[in-house]
Amino acid sequence: MLETLLWIIRRDVTIALRRRTDIFTTLIFFVIVVSLFPLGIGPELDTLRLIAPGVVWVGALLASMLALEQLFLADHRDGTLEQMLLAPQPLSLLVIGKVIAHWLITGLPLVIMAPLLGLQYDLSLEALKVMIWSLLLGTPTLSLLGAIGAALTLGLRSGGVLVALLVLPLYIPVLIFGAGAVEATTSGLGGSSHLSMLGAILLLALLGTPFATSAALRVSAE
Amino acid sequence: MQNRLINWFKYSSPATFYPVAGRLAPIFWVIAIALIGYGLYLSFFVAPTDYKQGEGYRIIFIHVPASWMSMFIYLVMAGWSAIGLVFNTRLSFMMAQALAPTGAMFAFISLWTGSFWGKPMWGTWWVWDARITSELILLFLYLGYMALVGAIDDRRRADRAGSILLLVGVVNIPIIYFSVKWWNTLHQGATVKMNGQTSMDETMLWTMLIMALGFWAYSIAVAMVRVRSIMLEREHDAQWVRDMIGEQA
Repeated sequence: MLETLLWIIRRDVTIALRRRTDIFTTLIFFVIVVSLFPLGIGPELDTLRLIAPGVVWVGALLASMLALEQLFLADHRDGTLEQMLLAPQPLSLLVIGKVIAHWLITGLPLVIMAPLLGLQYDLSLEALKVMIWSLLLGTPTLSLLGAIGAALTLGLRSGGVLVALLVLPLYIPVLIFGAGAVEATTSGLGGSSHLSMLGAILLLALLGTPFATSAALRVSAE
Repeated sequence: MQNRLINWFKYSSPATFYPVAGRLAPIFWVIAIALIGYGLYLSFFVAPTDYKQGEGYRIIFIHVPASWMSMFIYLVMAGWSAIGLVFNTRLSFMMAQALAPTGAMFAFISLWTGSFWGKPMWGTWWVWDARITSELILLFLYLGYMALVGAIDDRRRADRAGSILLLVGVVNIPIIYFSVKWWNTLHQGATVKMNGQTSMDETMLWTMLIMALGFWAYSIAVAMVRVRSIMLEREHDAQWVRDMIGEQA
């Protein structure tokens, strides 16, 4: 079981590393979106400090949503997905592997990049730390939930826009608690309760979503 | 036991359910019009003026039942989806699809009337409080479901994909329902409680319940009408449809 999981993660990461542009487009999109807000709102640091958590989180949300389309598409096109459906290993395990790989490729770079962007918004060191933690706990949930949307819209004409419509409502709780954690830290309340909520949501998503995703994959690949 | 099982599944076939739905729809239309008419009369002329909120509170007679229905219809749709996925019955998916626009409408009415109520009472059209936000998410879930089902040409796949989405979205319903208890935000707590400790005048309570029942009947009537057209559209080359059209012609 574990071997299969590691194998599929290694495979997906290797493929992604051979096509590095995909990783960078997500990351650059994130950086650009977050950098647009100061241009639109104005450079007052007091305002920026206030909106920083929300802006960084919304940026991360959009970036990870953009990357969703690629999650199953290549495998669907070349027939690998059908082999996975037929494989003796449980499909939900393969799905978890693919989602972990997807998070390593698209989610982790965002987490690493976020503190730099936070510095642009003049966040304190304490707030930056909480922001990294919140993203570290929150972005895997985004990938897990997004996988359901990606599986449902697999191979559809208007797939990209549809994924947004399906997945963004499900993302909202993560956004609220993720941005809330950083906000609570900057206002002196402490973000630990928000972080605990994020962790709880992650655990629930990890338990529930792989089954929904594999059911959706079976429907879509029929 | 065997007989009963057959009876249960008898109406799960579009061919037998179509005439039943046609007979049920007018009955529920009458009930809906009578109840909503009486309920509106009660809410505008009979229910006493609230000592704190004045006349503006009367909007809750539409707002509260609409919110209940928006959540309840989602649960019913999810229930139909689960039945459809388990028993592989076509009609269940059709029922879920027939209910979706009504549910979305009630979610929208709930938000709309809520903001009309919020303007005089809270002084603002919109507040980002937990219950309002999660009701908004519910509206998005309805829209997402309809968009997904509409975007897939293959019927079988559309049914199944929509059902999975509905079942995933069910997580949101308890969040809406308990949000007022969990988060202490602007939206007030539930006035109507199951344990009988209702903090409300009796006429008001009755008016609200009559309105809720009226909305209930309306939803059933609309769903029946809509499911009939969905059945015809989907089964247009089935034998029973041809027979029926042949009889009429």
